[in-house]
Amino acid sequence: MTRYLWLMIGLTAGVALLFVASLLVGPAKISPLVSLSALIWGDSGPLTLVMREIRLPRALLGIMVGASLGLCGAAMQGYLRNPLAEPGLIGVSGSAALGAVIAIQTGLTAAFALALPLAALAGAAVSVVLLFALAGPRGGSLTLILAGIAISALAGAFTALVLSLSPNPFAATEIVFWMMGSLADRSFLHVTLALPFILLGLALLLPLARGLDTLTLGEDAAAALGTHLLRLRLTLISGVAVMVGTATAVAGAVGFVGLVVPHLLRSAVGARPGKLLAASALGGAAMVLAADIAVRLILPGRDLKLGVLTAIVGAPLFLHLVYRTRRDGG
Amino acid sequence: MMLLALEDLTVLRGEVPVVDTVSLSIVPGEVVGLIGPNGAGKTTLMRGALGLLPHRGRSTLSALTPGERARFVTWLPQSREIAWPVSVETLVTLGRVPYGAGRTALSAEDARAVSAALDQMDLEVFRQRIATRLSGGEQARVLLARALAQETPLLLADEPVAGLDPAHQITTMEVFRRLAYDGRSVVVSLHDLGLAARFCTRLVMMDKGRLVADGMPGEVLSPERLASVFGITAWRADTPEGLVIQPTALSGSAP
Repeated sequence: MTRYLWLMIGLTAGVALLFVASLLVGPAKISPLVSLSALIWGDSGPLTLVMREIRLPRALLGIMVGASLGLCGAAMQGYLRNPLAEPGLIGVSGSAALGAVIAIQTGLTAAFALALPLAALAGAAVSVVLLFALAGPRGGSLTLILAGIAISALAGAFTALVLSLSPNPFAATEIVFWMMGSLADRSFLHVTLALPFILLGLALLLPLARGLDTLTLGEDAAAALGTHLLRLRLTLISGVAVMVGTATAVAGAVGFVGLVVPHLLRSAVGARPGKLLAASALGGAAMVLAADIAVRLILPGRDLKLGVLTAIVGAPLFLHLVYRTRRDGG
Repeated sequence: MMLLALEDLTVLRGEVPVVDTVSLSIVPGEVVGLIGPNGAGKTTLMRGALGLLPHRGRSTLSALTPGERARFVTWLPQSREIAWPVSVETLVTLGRVPYGAGRTALSAEDARAVSAALDQMDLEVFRQRIATRLSGGEQARVLLARALAQETPLLLADEPVAGLDPAHQITTMEVFRRLAYDGRSVVVSLHDLGLAARFCTRLVMMDKGRLVADGMPGEVLSPERLASVFGITAWRADTPEGLVIQPTALSGSAP
């Protein structure tokens, strides 16, 4: 218990430090103290504007997106009892991306600022309805995974269709870059749009800790220990859909966070799936904040995409995980 | 007082009854051995009685809410699933979830129950070990300790001694006897007729979904039933230690 407490304190401190660091990194070279005083006390000068309207929403979104992906990864792995599960498995991120792509292609994004995230959320919502229709509320985890794969494939195919039919090369480029995932140039509009959904997701997923713990013994034993499996499944999928849909809507596709973060933290929480939820939320926030700082430091002038970096770092970690799973005979 | 009453319990798989109009009641202080050939419906009977499968007829257990049921009856499935590399202590503590463990800090009562369960299954030295790295038989004992930690009036265990060494088979059956002595009851499915004869206070024999015999081990394990239900002959003797049964041959073949 105390070890878990220390871990949570350490992760919280890490997130806080990275949050401040994220506020201090940017193309405008300003000393940290000046930046922070401009943020906190403020004036009508350009520095306060940069801090409050550009860097603060970016750092806040980093926390929200990272926490969503980490938490959802831990929830999916705990539910499916498989360390290779990831939040995109149920097809929500692909469908959210399709929604966004349609918004860009049709020019809706030019019409009003929030068209893209709203269209992405609509895409996510459609995919969840489709998922429940395909897998059924009582469907086993295998039907759920297969339905998710089918929905992802379908969303991917439609995305490719929209891209290939695009008469406008600028829209096509915008789509490709958006899909790589980024937190650059987001505003407080994005924060206020995402926050209620992220909070709803937290409220749905965090209380599932005990049920996920009992699932360690298998579905039958978990049910006999008083876990309501049907309710657990519905709550979990709704929570993951809300959070991943929102994260994709505001940041595009940021891969590997939900896969790698629970894996890195598992042994630190004694492999308990319930304790892994909150720890992975903090760990995910730290990872996305760190990656978003890194993209600004590695290639300052070049707009390195966040999702590209997380994949470059995450894929080798994933290979290591596959290798270790094979070695353990899993 | 009755711990479990089944009235005409029927569980269907498609159109076929896997458990066919079984009526049964369990009172405190019993170790009831559930015996029968593969596919006789032993597991399905227990899962149906718990309300984990849709069924016809009445079971006093499936009438309870999931929370009430978890504090009244423990279910130890045959599949020995441990999904994550958790410590033995963590795994056994899952038996305390019905009393609030995991939502609040562990109570002194929870800690006592976990220690007692580890102690009974001879696992105190394994307490901090990773459960998934233990041998199959050791994992089976850890899972049984989890079931014991739940400390419910009734325990349903599906082939808990399969794969255990002889000493731990006897330890397990003696733990069940002690639970019965303390006024609780155990329903345990078994394939080892010798253990069933020696340690159970009562045997329930199933064949093709139907309950074919229910009574004292000596009466239930009659040569006729062993031949008609199991298709075997057995050597049997009433010794000062109790009834001894040792299957010897298929009933068709000549001795």
